[in-house]
Amino acid sequence: MIVANRLTDGRVVFLAEDDRWVESIQNGLVIESDALQVELLEHAERAVETGIVVDPYLIDVVIEDGRRRPLQLRESIRAFGPTVSDPTVR
Amino acid sequence: MYRYDEFDHRLVSERNAQFRRQVERRLNGELNEDQFKPLRLMNGLYLQLHAYMLRVNVPYGTLSSEQLRKLAHIARTYDRDFGQFTTRQNIQFNWVKLEDTPDILEALAEAEMTAIQSSGNCVRNITADQYAGRARDELVDPRVYSELLRQYSLLHPEFSYLPRKFKIALTGSPHDRAAVALHDIGLRMHLNEAGEPGFEVLVGGGQGRTPVIGKTIREWLEPENLLSYVEAILRVYNMQGRRDNIHKARIKIIVNQLGIDRYRELVDDEWERIRDSRLKVSPEELDRVSAHFAPPPYTDLLPDASAELERLRAEEPAFDRWCATNVEEHKVPGYSIVNLSLKRLGRPPGDLDADSMDAVAELADRYSFGEVRVTHRQNLVLTDVEQRELFELWRALDVLGLASSNIGQLTDIISCPGLDYCSLANARSIPVAEDISRHFVDVDKLALVGDLTLNISGCMNACGHHHVGNIGILGVDKRGEEFFQLTLGGASDEGASLGDRLGRALAQAEVPAAIEAIVETYLSLRMDGERFLDTYRRVGIEPFKQAVYGEPASRAAA
Amino acid sequence: MKTLIRNGAPSDETFVSIGAEDELPAGMDVIVTLDRWRADRDRLTQREGLVGVRLQSDEPPELIAEDLEHLAVVALEFPAFRDGRAYSYARLLREQYGYAGEIRAVGDVLLEQLHFMVRVGFDAFELSSSDPKRDFEIAQADFSVWYQPGVDERDTAIELRHR
Repeated sequence: MIVANRLTDGRVVFLAEDDRWVESIQNGLVIESDALQVELLEHAERAVETGIVVDPYLIDVVIEDGRRRPLQLRESIRAFGPTVSDPTVR
Repeated sequence: MYRYDEFDHRLVSERNAQFRRQVERRLNGELNEDQFKPLRLMNGLYLQLHAYMLRVNVPYGTLSSEQLRKLAHIARTYDRDFGQFTTRQNIQFNWVKLEDTPDILEALAEAEMTAIQSSGNCVRNITADQYAGRARDELVDPRVYSELLRQYSLLHPEFSYLPRKFKIALTGSPHDRAAVALHDIGLRMHLNEAGEPGFEVLVGGGQGRTPVIGKTIREWLEPENLLSYVEAILRVYNMQGRRDNIHKARIKIIVNQLGIDRYRELVDDEWERIRDSRLKVSPEELDRVSAHFAPPPYTDLLPDASAELERLRAEEPAFDRWCATNVEEHKVPGYSIVNLSLKRLGRPPGDLDADSMDAVAELADRYSFGEVRVTHRQNLVLTDVEQRELFELWRALDVLGLASSNIGQLTDIISCPGLDYCSLANARSIPVAEDISRHFVDVDKLALVGDLTLNISGCMNACGHHHVGNIGILGVDKRGEEFFQLTLGGASDEGASLGDRLGRALAQAEVPAAIEAIVETYLSLRMDGERFLDTYRRVGIEPFKQAVYGEPASRAAA
Repeated sequence: MKTLIRNGAPSDETFVSIGAEDELPAGMDVIVTLDRWRADRDRLTQREGLVGVRLQSDEPPELIAEDLEHLAVVALEFPAFRDGRAYSYARLLREQYGYAGEIRAVGDVLLEQLHFMVRVGFDAFELSSSDPKRDFEIAQADFSVWYQPGVDERDTAIELRHR
């Protein structure tokens, strides 16, 4: 999948169908072929140039019971938020 | 406290207007990210794992209740209702939007605060002893000079593109609470035989991946020459500091490379030329700034409010513990300095929510002339509390969950945000702090262990000061897994030292038991009155290695 | 395309930049590298036309301190905007060596830095900008107050407070 930060608010977003960027990893596009990776990274770079996102890159995910989960801890934290007690829930 | 005059206000509002235009140019595409990044960093705006992070300066850790309310307002309006106080006595907001930052900076300016130079290769927020002007052991109040340096370093035309960041700290007490030996410039204030104040100047201290204890470059500097001497140090650094390798760009590297004696010569040559320039601190300006730090209107109190206090302490063990750990001696009889611990179970070290910020501001107004300090150990301080009101204050703090009696103890943990927030981190820090806090909940045990600093960093950049914790923990990444490297024997005070590596890095689950083993070893070996650090320095690392890794220590320590 | 700003206004480039091996063009004003200056000092001072030296960011002005009376321009190179050595070099040229000729900022010069550059002694700038005059004026108007003395002799906030 391709992950980036949205320019205006910095939030983590994933590239989805039709060049849209979505906040939930479950709604992003899982890219299976190498050729498609190259093509979609180019799409992402265009979104950088047009000021939609910052710093897009590819991440590895696994799919379990239909749900996506990044392989790396760092990416998992980006996708699902800090692992520490959520301060917004009091 | 220092209050802005028309010039201070004008400079900040001009700076904010400039940044607003820069943000507009970024959002409309005139600037790309490469061009914008250095501009936003000079205003303390980072792009982290989840969002933008804004780091707001708290100059030398001094806040008014009005400023704290403004921070609460910002947390509530533009963030997720909280902020984190940092080891630079600053506060970070973790969830801000780029498009909101010009408005945030404007709101901060209303309360005489900025985010200018809280990042970037420039002089960062000036830090100082959090008890400045109040501590009983203090010789000279460093706040006046901290403020002179704050102004001097703000938007400096020559030193805004240094080889690397540059940190300055001051203390006026023999007991160093500001870690001055771990700064690019550390200033220790002394009195000479005539009773006049002056500075011992240290240079080239720092943490990061190459930790170094600062060296004395000048034994005695008259206050009027402070700015010219700092300018000479900065100019030599700006021209000679390494720019070929970001990891070798701090002043500590060039000082070590040239040697302190050669560096001193270069500085002295330059200083000779500029010491009588317009940088000389004028008596009028010194008087003007000093007037801002006049003592608050203290009540003439009996030095001995103590009979009643002793009675309350005897009746209420929790209050007694709190007085023993969180309350410090004040230079004015009948008053105390009170520490508010931001190390609470279930909350990241240094975190405070907006409602609590407002509540602390209220308590500061009621009990402490409206003044609050931020400590480099990520706690808060009320500077001027009447001893006869301590009990009442303690009860109010207890209701807020801010009366943890652990200042200076094992659970008063410094922790960087780590991999939960920070894009530089290799491992999480906050969960490790939480594990340790959950492991050591027995207050009597903590009191028995006594003074012990435990500092956690999530990467080599050492924002969590792990090198100088009595126990230091460094998060590392090994093939995608988090591990934690322990060090022992670090200290950041007047006897500053760097920790020694204990042995192989541990898995997160192993850390609390390892800390337990270290603590038990200390308790079994300590002699009368010894702090953990004293025992460690006396017995060395071996017994601790054996306790953590089992025997033989050498084989385990791969 | 770079535009030269001198004394706050776009100005025609009257100097020719000369590489290490280039012939010296007769009668024209030239800017040479430090190496060329050292190699050809006598010819450069005796010929018709003004001469300037361009210093890289690792070439401090003390290397030409004895030569400044011959130089109409000292151009200080910013190889990247982050490399701030030339701020100190400009200041030393003005304050330590009393240089009164043109100090020119060349290389990676950002609009945001012009205000600082003016305050440490630069008076000419090579800018990439579609409207350099306007951009220069905006950059200069960003700030009307400062805490540090600069070589421009304008009063600091501290001095103004005690007028």
